[in-house]
Amino acid sequence: MTEKLRDHHGPWFGDHGGVFMPEPLISAIEELTAAYDALRGDDEFWNEFHRLGREYTGRPSLLTEATRLSELAGGARIFLKREDLNHTGSHKINNVLGQALVAKRLGKTRLIAETGAGQHGVATATAAAYFGFDCTIYMGEVDTERQALNVARMRMLGAEVVSVKTGSRTLKDAINEGLRDWVAHTDTTHYLMGTVAGPHPFPEMVRDFHRQIGEEAREQIQTAAGRLPDAVLACVGGGSNAMGIFHAFLDDADVRLIGLEAAGDGAETEKHALSVGRGTPGLLHGMRTYLLQDENGQTIESHSISAGLDYPGVGPEHSWLNDIGRAEYEPVSDTEAMDAFSALTRKEGIMPAIESAHAIAGALRLGRALGPDAVLLVSLSGRGDKDAATAAKWFGLLDEGEQHVG
Amino acid sequence: MSANTRGKTAAAIEAAGGKALVAYLPVGYPDLETSIEAAVAVADAGFQVLELGIPYSDPAMDGPVIQAATQQVLDRGFSLSEVFQTVEAVTARTDAAVLSMTYWNPVLRYGVDRLAHDFAAAGGAGLITPDLTPENADEWIAAAEKHDLDRIFLAAPSSSDARIDRAVEASRGFVYTVSTMGTTGVRGDMDTAARTLSERIAESSARVGKPIARCVGLGISRPEHVADVLDYAEGAIVGSALVAALRDGGVPAVAAKAAELVTGLHSDPGTLS
Repeated sequence: MTEKLRDHHGPWFGDHGGVFMPEPLISAIEELTAAYDALRGDDEFWNEFHRLGREYTGRPSLLTEATRLSELAGGARIFLKREDLNHTGSHKINNVLGQALVAKRLGKTRLIAETGAGQHGVATATAAAYFGFDCTIYMGEVDTERQALNVARMRMLGAEVVSVKTGSRTLKDAINEGLRDWVAHTDTTHYLMGTVAGPHPFPEMVRDFHRQIGEEAREQIQTAAGRLPDAVLACVGGGSNAMGIFHAFLDDADVRLIGLEAAGDGAETEKHALSVGRGTPGLLHGMRTYLLQDENGQTIESHSISAGLDYPGVGPEHSWLNDIGRAEYEPVSDTEAMDAFSALTRKEGIMPAIESAHAIAGALRLGRALGPDAVLLVSLSGRGDKDAATAAKWFGLLDEGEQHVG
Repeated sequence: MSANTRGKTAAAIEAAGGKALVAYLPVGYPDLETSIEAAVAVADAGFQVLELGIPYSDPAMDGPVIQAATQQVLDRGFSLSEVFQTVEAVTARTDAAVLSMTYWNPVLRYGVDRLAHDFAAAGGAGLITPDLTPENADEWIAAAEKHDLDRIFLAAPSSSDARIDRAVEASRGFVYTVSTMGTTGVRGDMDTAARTLSERIAESSARVGKPIARCVGLGISRPEHVADVLDYAEGAIVGSALVAALRDGGVPAVAAKAAELVTGLHSDPGTLS
């Protein structure tokens, strides 16, 4: 192999990726592509980006060893990459600051974005406040109900939050609605895609803004554990935190890369979000990738307790890494994820986002299989404050305090 | 001979003297039988080209009226066999050229060549592909040539000259001229951007040496819009206004709305307002 996997550029990742968008949006996408191609090698741009990371986000994020959690994972050493400690509470801020800088260079005055759990919406609304952009966030009606706290946060930050009532009323429909807004306002507006999905250049650009997660962690874990990890684990919805932490390790052939997809009610049921695990290739939101679709080519609604993983597609680079066997994608059910949520909270005093709890569940499973010699690196992509109500309901903590699980 | 080289859509527009009305109606809405009757009624009212929309779960280019209609069809269960049934029934009963507008994933899933074969066998004229631009269309263009189908690509006010040239070169039937930068829906005023774009397509047509009709879509709801558009384009596409009439009053209402819009065919621009 001559090309390093790390050096791979879009628009194509094997058979996946591309630009499948209506003609009225092509000029905006071409404008963005040209701008990003120019900025890719622009030191001034990256210096500004990394300065914001240090002075606004709080980078580098910590690496924390979870020694008590290890007891539940066959004694394997588990290291958590603490993106939950970033400003706004998740990895999403990395990409948002990068794209906001790109939008400034393009002379745009308004940011629009989709959001599932609300983490990306909050991060976008935050960047809009910081840089002085107008901001509109599209969020499925189902998600506005299960993530009411984040809706309030976005409105406090000055963003308009539009509750999307079409289709399945979740993340994929929020993207459709955002794209409709963009078609009508490309002159003034940047569509700030929140994950490594959509048409080129989004999958590559969003990955590039998150790859610092893996770059930092790769150094930190060699200091802490004296070697590279046996596996890197991250949850995958669209897959941005996973691509961010995987990227630095792509050419370390001995490091397993494991994406944990949301299995909802269970991998054997029809209520899941296993785009790689159970999907077939097709088109969604401007890209070719694995997606959940029926025999008529209609997108199937995904299911997960985690709004941020409730997406029937996946970023095209993940589909490619799956096809070439470089990364593995495994299911984690709602129940397994919530057990892991409880375990990390009780054992380490760290309440993860339910999304990130899927990665914790994967680490517990792998640790038990590999035993005490294993070193596992886990992306703790977000904090769980937003999920307190969901978790309290799941564990029955609201009516009877003694109904604890875990 | 001419139908085989220029296609059914161009022939229909030519037979209308270069002033054609194009109707968008969703396949299967509100039910299969009514949708067929609605399409026949619109053709009988004087529309020369029909554009049957294939319902899709993620229609990023559709406005609220059309998405609500297609979602209703999806909710009751929909398969592509309804498209072929509709095309066959409508072509048997009218002289209109019958196109389908489809997002690309349902076609990919069905099989590009298989769909082209079945669509042509049903008597269809061709496809309008809103999220398939010419650079991704090699397989489709090959299938369309094999089965003698029209392929209609979009041009937008934001398209570069080079992209307009590519749409002109790749299209057969007409170039779909997006009149505003918004998604489909009823608008109070036509966008002057449509006239400019229509002129740019004519310039492109001369530049690449390929004559092609221009049909303007997105925003037409009244006879005076039709008259205005046909002053600078060969076809006026009506979607949401007809779908709303079908929704609110069934086949009689959509027939009446179509008849009203046809009066715009026979007027000079401005005289109806």
